[in-house]
This record gives sequence, C-alpha cells and structure tokens, in this order.
Amino acid sequence: MTDKILSIVGLNKKFGNVDVLLDINIELESGGFLVLVGPSGCGKSTLLNCLAGFEAINSGSIEIGGKDVENVSPKDRDIAMVFQSYALYPTMTVEKNITFGMEARGVKKEARDANLARASQILQIEPLLKRKPGQLSGGQRQRVAMGRALVRDPKLFLFDEPLSNLDAKLRVDMRTEIKKLHNRLNASIVYVTHDQIEALTLATKIVVMKDGLIQQIGTPDEIYNRPGNIFVADFMGSPPMNLIPVKAIPREKHTEIVIETRGEHKPIILKDLRPELLKSLNGKTEIILGLRPEHITNLENVTGQHKAVSECVVDVIEPVGSDIFVITELGGKNVTARLRSNAYVELGKSMKVVFDLNNASYFYPKTGIRYDF
Amino acid sequence: MVDNKGLVGSVRFVEYLVPRVQRLGIYLALVVFAAYYLMPLFVMLTTSLKSLDEIRTGSFISLPRDIDFSSWKIAWSEACTGVKCNGLKPYMLNSFLIAIPAVAISTMVGALNGYTLSHWKFKGANLIFGMMLFGCFVPFQVILLPMAIVLGKLGVAGSISGLVLVHVVYGLGFTTLFFRNYFVTVSNEITRAAKIDGAGFFRIFYSIFLPLSAPIFVVTIIWQFTQIWNDFLFGVSFSQAGTQPVTVALNNIVNSTTGVKQYNVDMAAAILAALPTLLVYILAGKYFIRGLTAGAVKG
Amino acid sequence: MFTRFEKQIPKIVLAPSFSAVLIFVYAFMAWTVYIAFTKSTIMPMYKLNGVLQFGRLSRSPRWETAIENLFIFGILFIAISTVLGLLLAILLDQRIRSEGALRSIFLYPMALSFIVTGTAWKWILNPGTGIEAFVRSWGFSSFKFDWLVNPDFAIYTIVIAGVWQSAGFVMALFLAGLRSVNQEIIYAAMVDGISTRRIYTKIILPSMAPVFMSAVIVLSHLAIKSFDLVVALTGGGPGYQTDLPATFMYAMAFSRGDLGQAAASATVMLMTVVAIIVPYLYSELRSKNG
Repeated sequence: MTDKILSIVGLNKKFGNVDVLLDINIELESGGFLVLVGPSGCGKSTLLNCLAGFEAINSGSIEIGGKDVENVSPKDRDIAMVFQSYALYPTMTVEKNITFGMEARGVKKEARDANLARASQILQIEPLLKRKPGQLSGGQRQRVAMGRALVRDPKLFLFDEPLSNLDAKLRVDMRTEIKKLHNRLNASIVYVTHDQIEALTLATKIVVMKDGLIQQIGTPDEIYNRPGNIFVADFMGSPPMNLIPVKAIPREKHTEIVIETRGEHKPIILKDLRPELLKSLNGKTEIILGLRPEHITNLENVTGQHKAVSECVVDVIEPVGSDIFVITELGGKNVTARLRSNAYVELGKSMKVVFDLNNASYFYPKTGIRYDF
Repeated sequence: MVDNKGLVGSVRFVEYLVPRVQRLGIYLALVVFAAYYLMPLFVMLTTSLKSLDEIRTGSFISLPRDIDFSSWKIAWSEACTGVKCNGLKPYMLNSFLIAIPAVAISTMVGALNGYTLSHWKFKGANLIFGMMLFGCFVPFQVILLPMAIVLGKLGVAGSISGLVLVHVVYGLGFTTLFFRNYFVTVSNEITRAAKIDGAGFFRIFYSIFLPLSAPIFVVTIIWQFTQIWNDFLFGVSFSQAGTQPVTVALNNIVNSTTGVKQYNVDMAAAILAALPTLLVYILAGKYFIRGLTAGAVKG
Repeated sequence: MFTRFEKQIPKIVLAPSFSAVLIFVYAFMAWTVYIAFTKSTIMPMYKLNGVLQFGRLSRSPRWETAIENLFIFGILFIAISTVLGLLLAILLDQRIRSEGALRSIFLYPMALSFIVTGTAWKWILNPGTGIEAFVRSWGFSSFKFDWLVNPDFAIYTIVIAGVWQSAGFVMALFLAGLRSVNQEIIYAAMVDGISTRRIYTKIILPSMAPVFMSAVIVLSHLAIKSFDLVVALTGGGPGYQTDLPATFMYAMAFSRGDLGQAAASATVMLMTVVAIIVPYLYSELRSKNG
C-alpha cells in the first residue's frame, strides 16, 4: 500500500468574514500528480498557499508525509514550490539561484555541487549556469525554477500555475517536460492551474474547485466521462460537454430521449439502451442530457451497428484541421457536434448526424447534480 | 511607434502643423524663464567677485571689472559669525559631522524598515507605516520645545550628537517611505521562494534585497544629505556657538549687525554653503529628481 | 519553537523606529498641545488653564499679521508655483532640444538651502543695490521696487523667492504626470480632429488631477512650515510685517520665553496641517490596500 504523501481533512479558511475554502478533504498517494483546477477565484491558489504554510487555516488539518504541519513554517514542511512568475533571485546567477537554498540549510559543498550537477543535467540547463535570470528566456527561467525545487529533494512539489506566463507552443513543450520529470522521479506533485487541458493531460488525480468548494475529485477519465455536476461537465474538456434539456420517457425496453429542435422542425427522438437508466426512472422526467461533442458525429465516422440518424440545422461551422465543429440548436441551446473533416456541411442547411448515447451523462435540472443510476 | 520621451501634449503634429512662429515663442518663453532661474546664481557669483566699491557704484547685474577672490578668502576663514570670526570653514565641518552619520544611520534603518513593511506583513503593519508616514508631515514647530528639553535631559543639548539624533529621528519617515515604495515592486513570490528555500529574515535581506537596491540607496542618500545639509530650523534651535551647522553660520554672517555690510563676502559665503548640495545635484541630479517624485507622485 | 521567535523578528526590527516615532513625534506633539492649554511662560507649567493661550493668541496683533501673511503667502505661493510649474512642464514637454539642460536649470534651486535662496534674493530685491537701483540707472529715476522694506509689500518678496525655489519641483511632478498619460487616447483624439488646445484642456489636464493634488499638498506643507526663507530674506521684518506662524512660534519659544504662546501657535500650525494631510493620506492608503 502506498502511503499517503498528503492528507487534508476538513480544511476551512476565511478572509475576514468571507469563506474562501469550505470543508476541503483531499488525499494524495506517494508518487501521485494532483491537479487543482478551477476558474479564477475558486480558491485553488489559496489552498496551495495553505499547503505551503504562507496562509493560516481556520480549521482542519494538513499532513505532509505523515506529519501534521500546523504551525510548521514553510521551510520545515519538506516541500518545494515553483511559482507562476518563477521568482528567481534577480541578482544571482542560475548556479547561485539553485544552490542558495542548500547553503541556507547548511548543506555541505560537495553535496551542493552534486545536487546542482544532477538537477542541471536532468533539466538541461548546464550551459546556463553562469547567466543571470534577466538573460534567460521564459522557458529557461521555468527550468531553473524547477531545478531549484529539485535540489530541495522534498516530499512534495507544489506548482502554482507555472505555465501561465508562457506562450502557447512553449506551454505544450513544458507540459511534456513536467510530465516526463514526474515519471522519471516518481515525484509527488500538487499542481494548480486554470487550464483544464493541463489538468487532464498531467494529472493522476484531479480536484475541480469552484467558489471555495470541491466540485469533484477523480481521475482524468472519471472527470471527463462521468462529471459529477453541470459545472464540471461544462468546465472540463474543450469544447465543453453539451448540456441539453431533454425529456426522458421510459419505454418497454429502452429510454426514449426527446430533444426539441428549433421552430417547427420535428423533435429528435433517441434511444438510450442502458437498462440501469430505465430502471431508475419514475415516469416521464425532465432532465439534462450531457453529451460530449465527439458523441455527435457524422455517419461516415461511425463504425459498427447501424445507428439512428438524425437531422440538425447547421448554424456555425468551425473547421479545425482534422475535424469540423458544427454548432446547431437543440433544446434551446447551442450544441456542438464534432464531425470528421470529410463530412459535407452547408451553412443554414440540414446535416445528418448520429448520436451516441452509450456514454451520455444526465443531470438534475434544478441542482445540476449528476443523475446516478 | 510610440515614443514616450515627451510628446504627450507635444503630440508630434506640433512639429508639422504649428507654424514656426509658435515654436519660436516656446523657445523664447523658455529662455526668459531660464534667465529668471539662473539670474540669482549669476548675481551671487559676480557679486562675490567684485570689490565693495564696484558693488556700490556698479549695477547688480554687471560683470566684475576685475576678478577679486579676496571676499572668498574672508568668507572661508575670517568672516564673523557672531562672537567668533573664523569664517565658514569650521561650520562646514560641523555640517559634515552632522550630515554623514545622520544620513548613514537613517538610510540603513530606513532600508530595513522598508524591507520589513513590504515583505513581512503582520497585523498592524499598515497602521505602523501610516503613523510613520504622517510623522513626515508634522510641522516641526510642534516638537521644538519638548525636543529642546529632552536633549537637555539626555545631556546632548547643543552638541553635534544631539543634532545627529534629531536628524535621524525625523529622517526615518522619509527613508522608510522611499525603501518601502521601492521594495514593494519586488514580487513577494521571491521572498516566499527564499522562505521555502530555508532562508531567514536577515539572509533574505542581505542576499536578495540589498544587491538590488543600489538605485534607491542613491536616491535616499542624496535626498537625506540635501535635506540635512540645508536644514536651518533644527540647526538654529539645537546648536550653540561652535556646533552650528553652515546654514546657521551663513545666516549669522549675512545678518550680522556689526560693521559694514560686506555684500561680496555674503555672496561668497552663500555659494560656499550651497556648494556641496549643488555639486551633488550636478553630478547625480537624475537620482535627485527621482527622489523628489518618489514620495509625492506615489508611483 | 524557534519559529515563534522568528515570527516576531519583523516586529522587533520595526520596534526602535516605531518607538522613536511614537516618542519624538506623537508624544512630543501631545506635550506641546498640552502645554498650549497651560499658563507656561519661561518654564513649562503643567496645570491646565483652559483656552486662555488661544484667546491671547487671537488677540495678539503680531499673530494676526502672521496668520494673514500665511494666507496671502500660502495662496499666492501655491497658486503661482502650480501654474508656473505646469506651464514649464508643458513647455518642456514640447520636444525641446535641450530639455535635459533646461530641466536641470529649473530644478537646481531645490538643491539649495532656503537660507542661501533668501540671501540671494535679499540682495537682488534690495532697493539700494538691486533691481530698483538697476532700473533707475537706466534713467527711470522714479522707478520704485522697494517691496523688501515696505511693510505692506514685503510679504510678496517672500512669494517671489519661494516660487523661484519650488516651481521647479512642481514642474518635475507635472512632467512625470504628463508623460504617463496614455498615448493612445491622444492619438484617438488626433484622429477625431480635436485641436491641440482642446486636447490639453479636455483630456490631458483633467487626467492630471492627482498630480495637482500631490503638488498642492506638498506646497501647502512647505508654506506652513516656511521659516528659513523668512529669516534669511526679511528676518520677519520690517518690524513684524513678514512674520509667519513659524517665525512667530520660534520667537515666542526662544526669544520671548513665552512657552504657552509658542505651544499654542505650534498647535494651530499642527491643526492646519492635519486638516490638509490626514484626509489625503487616508484616501491614499485606502486605495493602496483596497
């Protein structure tokens, strides 16, 4: 059994009278990559600062590596942190930036040099050692910041939106670097971002937050395919999950899903074949259907058994290279379908699409919570 | 391509559309004002180089017929500042003895204070800063009397150390303000990174903040030196014959009621007294201006 | 356990300065204000005596002159310095070739002691040897410019010297302010065809409001504290005609040995400054932490 490297129980935090974190409970096993993701103001950075010891908590407990860290100062929590702005010491060389902490902690020169060499090699910053931060590019500074964290050899790495200040291409490259580093070192990481793609690609465990509350904790697969509420469904994945108000009518062997279309067009009738869903329904129910764009696609893209074909009016066409996103109006909402680029679509005209309901999610219209069955 | 060196209002089109005449008018106005500003300096200089006869018979604007440095010599070592007639020299020394320690101490303390207030916030830190800030604005008349009494009780009344104490205490508000406003621009993620790295309060100050504070040190030192050297109120209230700073001595020379008014000596003495701060201004004026606007414009 | 102590270090570092300020500024202030309510003469007396000192103050003709002078001098000094400073800043902002040199010329007076300034202008304004004599020597034998020794006009000489010393500072403030105006707004106005003058009056000057505030605050502060300049230029004279509260206070404290009056006048000065500075500081600190 892998021991828990991080255990947060019942954590609450207020700024003055305002609750910024409510009843946070999170566990991370050793070697895990935990991503805290959510919109601005959801409390993810505050939570990270509480973990680091820069903010005090009002109630609850935090254990890092099995030790309770209440009243323990940041430098004694056995953590390392990479900041959004890298926070490199501006007047010191890269080398000094990395060894500064070791010196402050009393590490002997040989050990310092060895650690420095190892980190520089892993992060490929050997040629930069004599330069100062002002002479480095964004990506280089990032790596130096990570080097500084690495030589700390901590129990837990904390990353605070480290890729936000990089341009798009660099961001993708650095994301891969971080992933590789995680695999290589088997490091335990807590990573904060507002970018849900980063969350899905990097994490072993995702915590989605909003307004100080945890919306869902799960693996990327769980978060993506079985979102716990409408917020998570909408926030994670790009383009977001379609959320369509529909009527679910239990029939003899399947559930009939009725979707209103625009104007005088006939409603779309679909079949959800899952028996558990049928069993759980009590008569006609108004419910929200959650369907990812890739589950509304063109006929040519579908293999296997013949699936029901429906017609929708094309409102907007967005070609993105290998696919075409087409937006249509269903149940009063803008719904995105993802078609292969070989599909034939014309603005304003109908298109033929196939709905795949095998992985559809449902949500209660009033609370937005996932309808489990 | 926006060039922020001027041209807000100058709005580049002034150069094309505005007729030459208007442009000339601008230059003319500036020349007139420049004359108004340079005139006193010019007059001081020329008067100090004239003999008393020439002053009486000539006009105050005219150039000296023969350049005569004798009044400078008198100002330096013979002019009467009350009972003694040793010239300005011993009082220049006094001013240095007062200014240098006062500048050094108030600057160093201000640096530590500014660092603390910007990166080690605690409850009440803002109140403390506010109270120190207000202290800068207090008219010194309200502290003259009690200070005189306290200096006496401390046994340093009328001494150089007493004046140093006074200038340090009342300079702390400004120096703290300058450093705090400067350090506030350093991201506090750097301090956090250093804390995680294991560095403590003083190591962070010494290894990280000091190396990057050269500019603000220069500004603060220049500002403090100018303020302290040019001070008159504290000097005249808390010194006695022998420990007076040069401003007091100058005033004594110029306003002395004994003997014939030696205008040329007065002017020479004024220039001598102004020389150190003028030199600082000429050599490091850029930083001086930065210091002036640092406190008021609140960047 | 070491952490406990470490947490206190910031407070320990600030303690000496803060205590110094508490004592040498606030406690002293309180003492002076207290004394203003006593019968103190040469030595301080600590028995409270109501507002008698303030009553005496208001009946003193010399104090009345001082206050009057403060208004005249203050308003003129602030107004002219501000206008002149703004004017110089606008002129300098016109892409002048020798801007750096000119700026240094306008600013160097601030590097001088008020005593030096007073001495120089005393010489220039001296009727017998300065401007009056100069203009007369050109044949205008009836030209009079004896303000320096004229009881009714002497206060204006202090304005002249004060403006000379301080307008450069205001200019520096405005120059910095002018240069921080967003260029794109100006360009938009140009594209819209608005004349230069209107660009100034309708767009630029209004955005200078905070700089005006800063300038006025600093100048008011300078005006209230004015002591050195008066001593050097007129010595408070002729007679008491150029007395300002600062010189009045000094005279009461150190020449007349009337501590009660000295404290009362100092208290009035303090109240004036507080009335101006405190709202300003409050709004500044508020907006910084808001």
